[in-house]
Amino acid sequence: MSRTVTMERSSVNAIGRFKLRWGFWGQTLFITLLALAFFGPVVNLLLWTVAESWFFPHAVPNEWGLKYWGQVFNPYSDVSGSLFTSVMIALASVMVCLLVSIPAGYAMSRRSMPWRLAFMLLFLLPQAFPNLTVYMNMARIFYSWNLNGTILGVILVHSVHGLMYSVWISVAAFSAIDPMLSRASRNLGAGPIYTFIHVVLPQATPGLIAASIFVFLESLDEFTGTFFVGAPEVSTLPLLLYSASMEGNYQISSITALILLVPSIGFMLLINRFMRPEVLSKLGQ
Amino acid sequence: MRASTRNILMIGPAAVMVLALFLYPLGFSIVSAVTHDDYSLTLTHFIKVFELYSKDIQFTVLIVLSSVLILALLSIAISAMIVLSPFKRLVAILSMLYRLPLFIPFIVAAQMMRTFLAKNGLMNNTIVAAGLLTPMDTVSFLGWTGIIITFVWKQLAFTTLLISGAMAALDQSQIRAAQNLGASRLRILIQIMIPQVLPTIGVALVLSTVTIMSVLSVPLMIGTGSPTMITADMAFRVNSYGDYHVANALGMISYLICAALAWFYLRQTIKEKGAMS
Repeated sequence: MSRTVTMERSSVNAIGRFKLRWGFWGQTLFITLLALAFFGPVVNLLLWTVAESWFFPHAVPNEWGLKYWGQVFNPYSDVSGSLFTSVMIALASVMVCLLVSIPAGYAMSRRSMPWRLAFMLLFLLPQAFPNLTVYMNMARIFYSWNLNGTILGVILVHSVHGLMYSVWISVAAFSAIDPMLSRASRNLGAGPIYTFIHVVLPQATPGLIAASIFVFLESLDEFTGTFFVGAPEVSTLPLLLYSASMEGNYQISSITALILLVPSIGFMLLINRFMRPEVLSKLGQ
Repeated sequence: MRASTRNILMIGPAAVMVLALFLYPLGFSIVSAVTHDDYSLTLTHFIKVFELYSKDIQFTVLIVLSSVLILALLSIAISAMIVLSPFKRLVAILSMLYRLPLFIPFIVAAQMMRTFLAKNGLMNNTIVAAGLLTPMDTVSFLGWTGIIITFVWKQLAFTTLLISGAMAALDQSQIRAAQNLGASRLRILIQIMIPQVLPTIGVALVLSTVTIMSVLSVPLMIGTGSPTMITADMAFRVNSYGDYHVANALGMISYLICAALAWFYLRQTIKEKGAMS
């Protein structure tokens, strides 16, 4: 009797172990395939950045070299100019977004504010609608405002696109602060502006940095809006990448893509440090 | 200063920006789609759209639906593995891996895929080198499959981030109870976890649809020839003919494709807001 029970138990264990081992190899295979699917295109991009010549039927570039890197990083090249324009536009967009989002976020961090939900949804709109159609018409409106093809026009397009991130993250950042601290400061005789600058703002800084990172990246990577509003007068890196790629100049477009890739991955790894869990939990509330 | 005045002053600038730079052009696009130049109502632009672009509309809907379906399946599989897998080291690798494309711009993804999926791209070259195909049998994936692959490749990080977050936030005692009662992992996933994270899956997929309908670089760089996505048609209509009416009528179609799903999304957010506040 007891022997049959132990036999049964050991066979159940064997099945369990078999299933577990099968599960392990199955999951390893799945992750490997996922890794191949992710890194394959990246490797192809990296190969193109160091290929001087690569044509059918060569499986890898038939001439390797850094000739195109020299072209790209020549201070008078299109890429250097576009990189400068892109970074300037991104920094300006961050400034515009922070300027309007800090007061808005602070006001909306109070749950009792009337029409709070309506305003939160208003700032969500630019992300809830497919914005290609909107950008197209924005370009037409900007013609009559003389903003088409100007840096200012592109900054405005990027800012309105980044506004949702900056407003929503600011609201979350200000909501995560203990309201007792500012009340204590006011009770000790500090004015409202002094309290805001010295008590509230420093605590919201990590959240605001995270918001800035989002706006910066969105602006740096933005293609559609710039395509309609900025081109051809304003050339940002994504526009340059597009035209180089369409001309079949894969080396230049791949190096440009790599320049855009580095901050994207870098910030992805950094963002965890600024997006604190207590801020994340307040997001969208 | 009264509290309401102060609120208006603080929110005002941001709200005016959205109104002037987003809602105004949005309204403009709707008006332009249904009027002539003299603002008299008409449906001729829509008739023209269906005459010229009905194939492209079908093509776009097909691409959106297949991308969203593949995204749902893959991100549920990855999220479930992260939450349920007993192999902690595999989970750590997977959660690092799936996030990598999160901030990679679409234009960069498009450029990568343009070279990777081409007839003599790295993918086909690897398959040939592995001896699975001869160089003559390889096909280029640039076209509708390439567009879907690129959208899924880039958007998977975002949908998985949302869905795995929702799965991790589920009540663990429920899952453990089901495990103790002998339920298999697959059964736990289908009967306990998915029903509870369904709203999040919906939100993730709607936002992905909106993103797909906003991206111009992928159909321009990956899609070759005809049929193409209506986003590419819009850009062509505006840049080549300056024909905003037909372009905006196409834009309305792209709103409609999102609207069916967005309705669900907004209803969910408002319901959750109502429950929380």
